[in-house]
Amino acid sequence: MSQLDSKIPEGSISEKWTDHKNHLKLVAPNNRPKIDIIVVGTGLAGAAAAASLGEMGYNVKAFCFQDSPRRAHSIAAQGGINAAKNYQNDGDSVYRLFYDTIKGGDYRAREANVHRLAEVSGNIIDQCVAQGVPFAREYGGLLDNRSFGGTQVQRTFYAAGQTGQQLLLGAYSALSRQIGLGRVQMYNRHEMLDIVKVDGKARGIIARNLVTGEIERHSAHAVIIASGGYGNVYFLSTNAMGSNVTAAWKAHKRGAYFANPCFVQIHPTCIPVHGTNQSKLTLMSESLRNSGRIWVPKKIEDAEAIREGRMKPTQIAEDDRDYFLERRYPAFGNLVPRDVASRAAKERCDAGYGIEANATNEGVYLDFSSEIKAKGKQAAFASGDHNPSDEKILELGKKWVESKYGNLFQMYEKITDENPYETPMKIYPAVHYTMGGVWVDYNLQSTIPGCFVAGEANFSDHGANRLGASALMQGLADGYFVLPYTVSDYLANEIRTGTIPTDSPEFNEAENSVKSIINQFLTNNGTKTVDHFHKRLGLIMWNKVGMGRSEQGLKEAIAEIAALRDEFYKEVYVPGDADELNPELEKALRVADFFELGQLMARDALQRNESCGGHFREEYQDAEGETLRDDENFKFVGAWEYKGMDINQSELHKEPLNYEFIKIAARNYK
Amino acid sequence: MASKTININLKIWRQKNANSKGSMETYKLDNVSTDSSFLEMLDQLNEQLVNERKEPIAFDHDCREGICGSCSLFINGEAHGPDRAVTTCQLHMRKFKDGETIYVEPWRAKAFPVIKDLVVDRSSFDRIQQAGGFVSVNTSGNTIDANAIPIGKAAADKAFEAATCIGCGACVASCVNASAMLFVSAKVSQLALLPQGKVEAQQRVLNMVKQMDEEGFGNCTNTGACAVECPKEISLENIARMNREYLKAMVSAE
Repeated sequence: MSQLDSKIPEGSISEKWTDHKNHLKLVAPNNRPKIDIIVVGTGLAGAAAAASLGEMGYNVKAFCFQDSPRRAHSIAAQGGINAAKNYQNDGDSVYRLFYDTIKGGDYRAREANVHRLAEVSGNIIDQCVAQGVPFAREYGGLLDNRSFGGTQVQRTFYAAGQTGQQLLLGAYSALSRQIGLGRVQMYNRHEMLDIVKVDGKARGIIARNLVTGEIERHSAHAVIIASGGYGNVYFLSTNAMGSNVTAAWKAHKRGAYFANPCFVQIHPTCIPVHGTNQSKLTLMSESLRNSGRIWVPKKIEDAEAIREGRMKPTQIAEDDRDYFLERRYPAFGNLVPRDVASRAAKERCDAGYGIEANATNEGVYLDFSSEIKAKGKQAAFASGDHNPSDEKILELGKKWVESKYGNLFQMYEKITDENPYETPMKIYPAVHYTMGGVWVDYNLQSTIPGCFVAGEANFSDHGANRLGASALMQGLADGYFVLPYTVSDYLANEIRTGTIPTDSPEFNEAENSVKSIINQFLTNNGTKTVDHFHKRLGLIMWNKVGMGRSEQGLKEAIAEIAALRDEFYKEVYVPGDADELNPELEKALRVADFFELGQLMARDALQRNESCGGHFREEYQDAEGETLRDDENFKFVGAWEYKGMDINQSELHKEPLNYEFIKIAARNYK
Repeated sequence: MASKTININLKIWRQKNANSKGSMETYKLDNVSTDSSFLEMLDQLNEQLVNERKEPIAFDHDCREGICGSCSLFINGEAHGPDRAVTTCQLHMRKFKDGETIYVEPWRAKAFPVIKDLVVDRSSFDRIQQAGGFVSVNTSGNTIDANAIPIGKAAADKAFEAATCIGCGACVASCVNASAMLFVSAKVSQLALLPQGKVEAQQRVLNMVKQMDEEGFGNCTNTGACAVECPKEISLENIARMNREYLKAMVSAE
């Protein structure tokens, strides 16, 4: 078994990155135009990397499957981005952001990577402001902050409920500038379908032009994969419809280890499922937990009455409400980390207190009435009205809420047809983010030399649970501030290589394998749609590899997915042709990879005989239902090596995690 | 609210590819939940078509929560359909009546050629951004501290409102002249309102407008349809601001 080398630099935690950067190799400006780099994905990590490397003078080719790089799913991030600026003077520091992130990840992330992330967090905000990102500001003209889960400071920068949009458009503008200057070639509506290795190194990709169907060969001296997460393996998730694992999975199949696939974030505040034709779930930002209080009825008969429509939440007296997060976790209250909040909601619903009238009663309330009153009073007082009427308080309070969360409230109303200013929101956990991903070393390089992986697609920074407002931070940190250094270090040995030819046997083989799978789908004489299978896969994943996992359930999941996958290849019907825009074919190719991934996730969850972060094994919990971590046996990154379509053959490699700078402890938010 | 189901008739634009001639086709779809979004209704129709071994209808979509700007569709003569301040993916079937006939067409504009069925090519928007929709700052992170230049809340809020444009193209599709002025002015305004963007504001507006004209978008005749149909309620004020910026740039151009 090969030893995984994480290449963590020596030295004190706060000096590692600076020192490492000082010793990385450089490529001189005159040599950069001789070097080609491929970037797959144009979300925060991909767009930032492509823009930065383009600025440096490399030849960059960027690919996205959407019709424009601006549509990547980073755009949908709502709440904010963390940075250790301490503008609010509430005791924040780089160390605290580092500590909160390690603790939030339940001690399953690499210290050195997380510290680097915290170090560069402040620069991200500076950079974005310089690009014209319109963050929320206070009346004095300075930047505003709010709180997110798992922290006791206000370090989250935001732009209403559209922070991801504003940051992505910032990165998109930097990318657009490079495209306009001719330093980045942009390939819209292109999907990477394989990575090409020559002499063991990543040397290019096979991509399908989604409009013409043409299979194209693109060569490069390095390939960066920034294709996002794999939450859509569950079919229903907060991901965009097109979000997929294919680019990352193809790299895995060609030799990149896949780490901690079972670490999935189930986000506590999403709009509950409404019916079988539902195509996706919509998130209600974690920022709402700054102002909203989560509750279910204390009495089971009240919950029943609500589900049957005999009672309204506003009719339930204050004393009859169970603010279960405030009850269980007084120190953090409604702002506990996502995994903790999600499990607590599931516990109440499993116990029969759920309020949503769907098949599984899965729903709890997120109530803004206390905040509306409090902020209304404050606003009246500030305007000199020291004895405001109840109507005035409500009016001012609603106005305040609208200014903070207006777009989220509007989204909620459009989907549910209910007015959240008048009645509490109904919410329930849903699949949101995947902490697992392609294994990378400190330089963000995978086990394939020359193949780098950034953003949600890698595994590196969030351990077993990601804290809110940290995904945007990581995407931009990787793209703007890490890859330009580490990729250059790798490329310093490539200045004499010359253009990589695309007529080699390796390119032939990769192209042929892509063409053959496409042909297989289009000539398959099945009768069922791709979605039919994707939904069934999603159900197995949600029920058995979701919020609660057990040995038996996971074993069943592995067998059920294997059987379903066989059925998929026999029974799926993919209409249309190869040489045209064919969305059903695109879906089939993605779902094929989700089948393999789903099995690996179950296997990974099965080997991890502990509960940590978002990975909750029902066998490993304490008397109060909290996670029981096993640091003695599982303080490692589980990195899987692909050994063929039978996932049972995949081999587990362990990267031990050393905590030199943070004392490892039970995670406590009480 | 209790959901119910409705039966609907659909007249949908079908076009094999950019070179072929398209036409409206009629479909009947039963048991559509009023809780479904418009795109979930199209999913349901596509599922039915595939099961009948017919080619499904191609349409652009991705995030399905009103922010990516992928979805389009001209529904009953309106961009993103009859509801206000929403994209098609946020439009719900409760806005339609049982037995109703719904007309679905792609965006129609010279600068947005049809690729297939309801999918159009909006890369002209990207090229306008590439011509100047940015601040020329490298991504080194070595800028000044984010709080070094205070920005008044009013200007910051206005810049933000302009910046919420999702680039869907509804403004173009709604305009009798297929003008892209609302889209272009949103970016011009956002950056002109902020001190970081002011430095190159003149060059930016000239370059972006030039590219807009080259792409074949029409002129603005102040009908205001764009702002009415805009899912993000981008204000016409931005067009006025862009005109001022443009005029300033023209008179002071060297």
